[in-house]
Amino acid sequence: MATGIRDKVVVLGMGCSRFGERWDQDAEDLMLEAFDECLADAGIETARIDAAWFATAMDEVNVGKSAMPLAMALRLPLIPVTRVENLCASGTEAFRGAVYAVASGAADIALALGVEKLKDTGYGGLPQRARGVTNSLFIPNLSAPGCFAQLATAYAARHRVAPADLKRAMAQISVKSHDNALENPRAHLRRKIDIEAVLRAPIVAEPLGLYDCCGVSDGAAAAIVTTPELARSLGRTDLVSVKALQIAVSNGQEAGHNSWDGSYILTTRRAAARAYAEAGLRDPAAELSMLECHDCFSITELVTLEDLGLSPGGRAWHDALEGRYNADGALPCQIDGGLKCFGHPIGASGLRMLYEMYSQLLGRAGKRQLASPRLGLTHNLGGFPYQNISSVCVVGLLA
Amino acid sequence: MSGGTALGIAACGGYVPRLRLARRAIVEANAWFNPGLKSHAAGARAICNWDEDAMTMAVEAARDCLASDGVPEIDTLLLASTTLPFLERHNAGVVRAALALPEHMMTLDVTASQRAATSALITALQARRGRPGGALVVAAEQRRARTASAQELSYGDAAAALVIAETTTPIAEFIGAHQVAVDFVDHYRGQHAPFDYQWEERWIRDEGYLKIVPRTLRGLAAATGLAAAQIGRLVIPVGRSAAQAIAKAIGAPPQSVCDDLSQGVGDSGAAHPLVMLAHALEHAVAGEIIVAVGWGQGCDAIAFRATGAAAHRRVGGGIGQSIARGVADANYMRYLAFNRLVEQEQGMRAEADRQTALSAFYRHRDMVTALVGGRCVRCGTPQFPPSSVCVNPECQARGEQEPFRFADAPAHVQSWTADNLTYCPDPPQYFGMIVFEGGGRMMVDFTDVDRETIATGAPVRMVFRVKERDSRRGFVKYFWKAVPGRARAEEDRGDGH
Repeated sequence: MATGIRDKVVVLGMGCSRFGERWDQDAEDLMLEAFDECLADAGIETARIDAAWFATAMDEVNVGKSAMPLAMALRLPLIPVTRVENLCASGTEAFRGAVYAVASGAADIALALGVEKLKDTGYGGLPQRARGVTNSLFIPNLSAPGCFAQLATAYAARHRVAPADLKRAMAQISVKSHDNALENPRAHLRRKIDIEAVLRAPIVAEPLGLYDCCGVSDGAAAAIVTTPELARSLGRTDLVSVKALQIAVSNGQEAGHNSWDGSYILTTRRAAARAYAEAGLRDPAAELSMLECHDCFSITELVTLEDLGLSPGGRAWHDALEGRYNADGALPCQIDGGLKCFGHPIGASGLRMLYEMYSQLLGRAGKRQLASPRLGLTHNLGGFPYQNISSVCVVGLLA
Repeated sequence: MSGGTALGIAACGGYVPRLRLARRAIVEANAWFNPGLKSHAAGARAICNWDEDAMTMAVEAARDCLASDGVPEIDTLLLASTTLPFLERHNAGVVRAALALPEHMMTLDVTASQRAATSALITALQARRGRPGGALVVAAEQRRARTASAQELSYGDAAAALVIAETTTPIAEFIGAHQVAVDFVDHYRGQHAPFDYQWEERWIRDEGYLKIVPRTLRGLAAATGLAAAQIGRLVIPVGRSAAQAIAKAIGAPPQSVCDDLSQGVGDSGAAHPLVMLAHALEHAVAGEIIVAVGWGQGCDAIAFRATGAAAHRRVGGGIGQSIARGVADANYMRYLAFNRLVEQEQGMRAEADRQTALSAFYRHRDMVTALVGGRCVRCGTPQFPPSSVCVNPECQARGEQEPFRFADAPAHVQSWTADNLTYCPDPPQYFGMIVFEGGGRMMVDFTDVDRETIATGAPVRMVFRVKERDSRRGFVKYFWKAVPGRARAEEDRGDGH
């Protein structure tokens, strides 16, 4: 029986570029910005990296296909480099590849790097992406906000929440993330907003308004991982280890079978259950110190908090309004501003979340620093509520 | 008549698109240029939604017709129109596929004249005598006209369908027909011309309508032995006053001249004789003589005797219900945009390439054109799209699905949104998850949405529509969409309290 990944791999170094509308930077520049910080943090030479995983999601506007753009930008020494793409979970997929390589013993030191250059499309919002020749014959004329908007209507129907109450709770989620980003110099959107501003904003897809949607940003993030033994031999004492790393992928059940009511994310529930078992968490709501979840839209964060078992079903909107997930709440969520305000360069986002957890665990988070966190969770959701990829990763201080 | 059966019309149906553009809106926008338009500001004309065309209207009219009782097995499909979306690609073949009619049948596009539909109807009647089964004759027209033209005001978009058969219970028995071919060019549209070119109205009336139509009707009387005075309903799609003058000229009762539907629908060109005929059939009483005329480089005239069966046979809504469900529209600019009559800034999202992989389309033609999914033989679960492995997590049977058509399956809205981000010719784009009551679901585009009634739990009806137009290559991609109806009271607004 598989023993899982718990405590087999530690983070040796991390880096993260400033996120935002980086008009004067190519994807290669962003990769180097994240990598240089990561390498300095790890305290090694590039030549020590045995293998690398590279995450980008949007071929159409980014660096194109294959792993070569990473190898070329960093001038990696002809090592194995693999490009991974799993929509918004791509960054966590790259991390998983690197972590598994080290855990297997195939590599001593591995790199995961994600980058996305989204602001070369000429318009706001996510780029149009190809859906495949067969899918384009019949799938609806949809957008991401349109799909996630239906998560809100289905959640409201399932839990009998009045639309106005839900709208206000979603607004609070965005207000909280804006507050958190004020303390993050690398975040894309750093402006305080209030609930009334969120409620007044133009509607993107009913009931989601502009401030219910995350930023679309350029950026990159990177991690170098190794074994606890090797990290100690390099002189590292405070070690952040991977406690769990799980991914669940839709098989079409939600989209095609009437057992799903549209009010939750089936894959997140599966991935979370496996991750908690892998990490040995019995009461995650009490044991976790903090989390970064995939708040592509305010409603996604709200529903995810229930799917992760951190709020009881139908209660996350109350918990959000009562401040449970604020920076000074019982379980701070999106302490760095989240996708909402740090920004969402797709391939980098999973690694950006880990960067914040890592920084917090090592006490390096500056003005955002929480009091002695020990365990953090990151969560990505790629695709749409009705067919998607969910990842759940738990990291913590190695005892 | 033989063995208690009679050749005639076994079923009829029709379709008028939902939007009715007020003529006043057209006149107000254009009277500065052509003050003469002001005298034609009364009423409204039917206009297609952006995702409708002659093909989609033909499918809806045919579905309405085929939903009637007593429809025999269809072995022939004639599609009449001068505005078919493809100059080459068999349009009737697309209609056949969308209706899920059998592959082994005759299909034919009949075009290039305003009397295409009546000629198709006569052909179907003549070919059917002594044969079992039925022929489906469908006529549809989406008429294009220049802005500020008289035609922009008078034209309308509509479709109608008839089933021709030898049956014991026809709606109307065929009496006889007469045809006259004259190269009288009142208007024409050359191969690459987007619009009709018209000659003078007074000449058309005096030398055309008032001479050629009576000549044809006298020929019909001679061929059938009918006297003009016997005519109970006279279908003449040439305008009210000319029709009255024709009736007078041949001695038909003035009250026999049927409503030309100009006030609420407009002149739907080649489809119009069948639209008016379908309308007349819905009101005809037993024994009434109905004469339908088709005009266009000559004239067709067809005589029927109504049996009165139509009134208690309908299952589809009929042309009358289609007319009644019109929604008033005063947005002339939107009509121009829908019909690509203005160069509109649509934003960069509209620039996405919409090429269709024809080989992939062919593999999935039943799914795309006929909305055929799968039904697992082992667990009974209907599913869309069809797949090799059953979607039911408790089953997952391999390779055990039979075709299952969702087009007529009852369904309701599970979740929906109005999306302002994605490119849509008529924003916002409504789409959402619908659940079929017998099992199965799909994420679909909604169309013909009434903002006040779309809600979780609202019933939907599937319709065949344009999914996208590939303007770079001239291809039209069709698929099915859901039209939300009013929710039943107990389900209304299940998404809040």
